[in-house]
Amino acid sequence: MDLFTQLLVAAVSSGTPLLFATLGGILIERSGIIQLGAEGLMLMGAVTACLTYLNTESLPITLLAVFAVCALLGVLHAFLTVTLHANQIVSGLAMTMFGSGFSAYLGKSVSGTPLPMSVPKLHLPWIENVPVIGDLFGRLDMLTWFSFLLVIVMHLFIHRTSWGLHMRAIGDNPSTADVMGIHVQAFRYGYVIVGSMLIGLAGADLLLVYSPTWIEGMTAGRGWIAVALIIFARWNPLRALFCAYFFGALDTLGFRIQLITSHIPPYFLKMIPYILTILVLMVLGYRNRNKPSGSPEALGVPYIREQRF
Amino acid sequence: MEHRKPLWMAGLALLIMVVFALAGCSSNGNGNSGTETANATANATDGATTVSNATASEKKTPRVAFVYIGPPGDGGWTFQHDEGRKYMEEQTGIKADTVENVPESADAERVITELAQNHDIIFTTSFGYMDYTLNVAKKFPDVVFVHCAGYKTNDNMGTYFGKNYEASYLSGIAAGKMTKNNQIGYVGAFPIPEVIYNINAFTLGIQSVNPDAKVSVVWSNTWFDPTTERQAAVSLLDQGADVLMAYQDSPATIQAAAERGAMAGGNDSDMSRYAPEAYLTNPTWNWGPYYTKVVKAVQDGTWTNEPYMGDLKDGMVGLASLGQNVPDDVKQLVEDAKAKILSGELNVFNGSIIDQTGAEKLTAGETMELADILAMNWFVKGVEGTIPQ
Repeated sequence: MDLFTQLLVAAVSSGTPLLFATLGGILIERSGIIQLGAEGLMLMGAVTACLTYLNTESLPITLLAVFAVCALLGVLHAFLTVTLHANQIVSGLAMTMFGSGFSAYLGKSVSGTPLPMSVPKLHLPWIENVPVIGDLFGRLDMLTWFSFLLVIVMHLFIHRTSWGLHMRAIGDNPSTADVMGIHVQAFRYGYVIVGSMLIGLAGADLLLVYSPTWIEGMTAGRGWIAVALIIFARWNPLRALFCAYFFGALDTLGFRIQLITSHIPPYFLKMIPYILTILVLMVLGYRNRNKPSGSPEALGVPYIREQRF
Repeated sequence: MEHRKPLWMAGLALLIMVVFALAGCSSNGNGNSGTETANATANATDGATTVSNATASEKKTPRVAFVYIGPPGDGGWTFQHDEGRKYMEEQTGIKADTVENVPESADAERVITELAQNHDIIFTTSFGYMDYTLNVAKKFPDVVFVHCAGYKTNDNMGTYFGKNYEASYLSGIAAGKMTKNNQIGYVGAFPIPEVIYNINAFTLGIQSVNPDAKVSVVWSNTWFDPTTERQAAVSLLDQGADVLMAYQDSPATIQAAAERGAMAGGNDSDMSRYAPEAYLTNPTWNWGPYYTKVVKAVQDGTWTNEPYMGDLKDGMVGLASLGQNVPDDVKQLVEDAKAKILSGELNVFNGSIIDQTGAEKLTAGETMELADILAMNWFVKGVEGTIPQ
C-alpha cells in the first residue's frame, strides 16, 4: 500500500463515525429542527454499547439497546422543541451537557475495560487483489458497509420519493406542508427520533469498531465536527460522505507527517485539522457566496399552527 | 400570548435536564466534593486549629488519599497505582480515598486542596501534579504529600519514582530479536525526559542484540486517549513497523498491532490479557511496598521528604512476563541481561553512547549520572524522530 491508499483506508475508518452522526443530523435538520446534541448523543450511544456488549456479548442486542436509548433522548429533544416550542439551540446544548455527564456517570464501572472486536468484517477475496479498491473495500466491517448503504438510501429518500419531498417541505415551509395535509409535528418527531438513533449509532461505531474501550468523553469533539459537517455538506448525504472522509483523513494526517518529515513540530500538526476547517469554511463560503446555503428555510423556527411569522 | 406557557414549561424542563447533567458530572469526579467544599468554608475561620487537631488525633491511623490521572480501569498506570493502594490497605488496614480522572490543570490543585483538609497523607500520582502539589503542600504544613515522578520537594512533600529504563532496555532486547524487517515503532507520550530516556534505553536494548534495527518515534501528546494512540500506532504499522512499543497508559497500541499481526508492548502493567498472541513484554510498576512503607513511616513519625528512586532490584520496577509467542532463546537472553542488571554488572547508560547527530555523549567505560539520565533531552543513534523543543 502506498501512502495515499493508507491515508484513504485510515480516512474511511476514522470518518465512519463522523458519517453516521452527520447523516443523523441531516435527517433531523432537514425536518427543520436544529441538532446540536450530537456530542452528547454519541457519548450516550457509546456508553450504552459498551455496557450492553459487556453484559450480553451480543451485537444485535447491543445495537438495539443503543437505538432504544438514543430514541428516548430523541423523544425528549422532540418533546422540548416540537411540542413545547423550546429554543432548539438550548435544547441541543442541554442534550450535549446531559450526555457528557450522564455517560461518564454510567460508564464509570467499565471505564478502560477493553472490548473484543465484535463487529464482523466482510472479506471479499475477489476484490482484495485489485490495487487501491481492494485495500479499501476488501476487509471492511459491517457497520461501514451499512454506512455506504445508508448514504445511498438517504440520498434516494430525500430526492426521489414523495416522503422525502414531504420532509423537505416540512423543513422549508411547515405551514404549506400542513395545508397539504402533512402532519408536521408527527413527522418532526419521527425524524428527530430516527436521526438521534443514527447519531447514537455513530457513538456505538466509534466504540465497537474504532477504539474498543470506553473512556469518559471518548468522542473528543467528534460530535461538534459532525455538526459542522452538516453545514459543509449543505444538508446533502452524498456530500456528507466526502466531507466525513476528508475530516477522517485530517484526523490521521498528523502522525503520518510526523513520520515522513521530522521538521514540523507535532503541536503544529495537531492544529492542522482546525486550521483546515477554517480554510475550508472560508473557501466554501466564498465560492457559494451567491448561492443559497442549502439550509432548510424553517430551520430553528418552531411551527405553531395558524401563527404568523 | 398563547405560546407563553409552553415556553415557560420548556425552560423548566431544560433546567431539570441541566441539573441532571451537572449531577452526572460531579458524581463522576468526586462524589462528595460539594460537601467537602461546604466543610472548607465552615472551617475557614479556625482552619489552622482544625488541621492540627486532625493530625494530633489521627496520629495512629493516618487518613490516606490518592489522586489519579486516569480511571483505575485503564489497565496501565492508574491500574498499577490502584493495585498499590489495595496492597497498602491490606498491609496496614487503612482504607484510602481515591479521586480519579483528575486533569493536570488548576482542577488538580482544587482537588488536592479539598483532600488536604481531611487527610494526612496524599499521594499525587502523575508528573503534571508537581506544581499543584507543591502549592497545596505549602498551605498545609501538617499534611504529608508524596508526588510521583517529579523533582520538586518541600518539608512536607516527598517524591518517588523508579528506574523503569532498566526494564525498557530488557524490552528492547526482546523487540530487537522479534523484529523481522528491523523496523520498530515507538508511540511516545510526551517529549519529556522520562519518555525520552525510556525510548533511548529501549533502543540501546535493541542494538545490543540487533545493531541494524531502527526505532521510529511518533508523539501522541496524550497519556490516556486510546482513540488518538490507536491512530498513532496504525500510522507506524502502515509505515512497515512489525514491533511496536508504547509509553501511554492504555493498551491501544497492543490492540492495533494485534489486528495487523504485529507484536507490541505497552507500559506500566502486564498487558498480555489485551492480546496474548501479539504481546511482547513491557516495564511494569509495583508501588504497593513503597506505599505501605510511607504510610507506616508517617504513622511512626519517621517519614522524611527524601526522594525515593526504586529500580529492578528493589522490585518497584519490573518486567512483565514475555508473551506466549516469544521463543525460549529470546526469553533466555532477556533473563541473562536482567540478571546482569540485578547484579550491577550491566548498566543501561554505559559508554560509549552516540547521539542522533553522531556526537559521542558518553565515552567508553563511563557511566551516566542519574541526574543526567533524568534530564535527558536527546535521542541515541538509531532513533528516527525528533524531540520538539
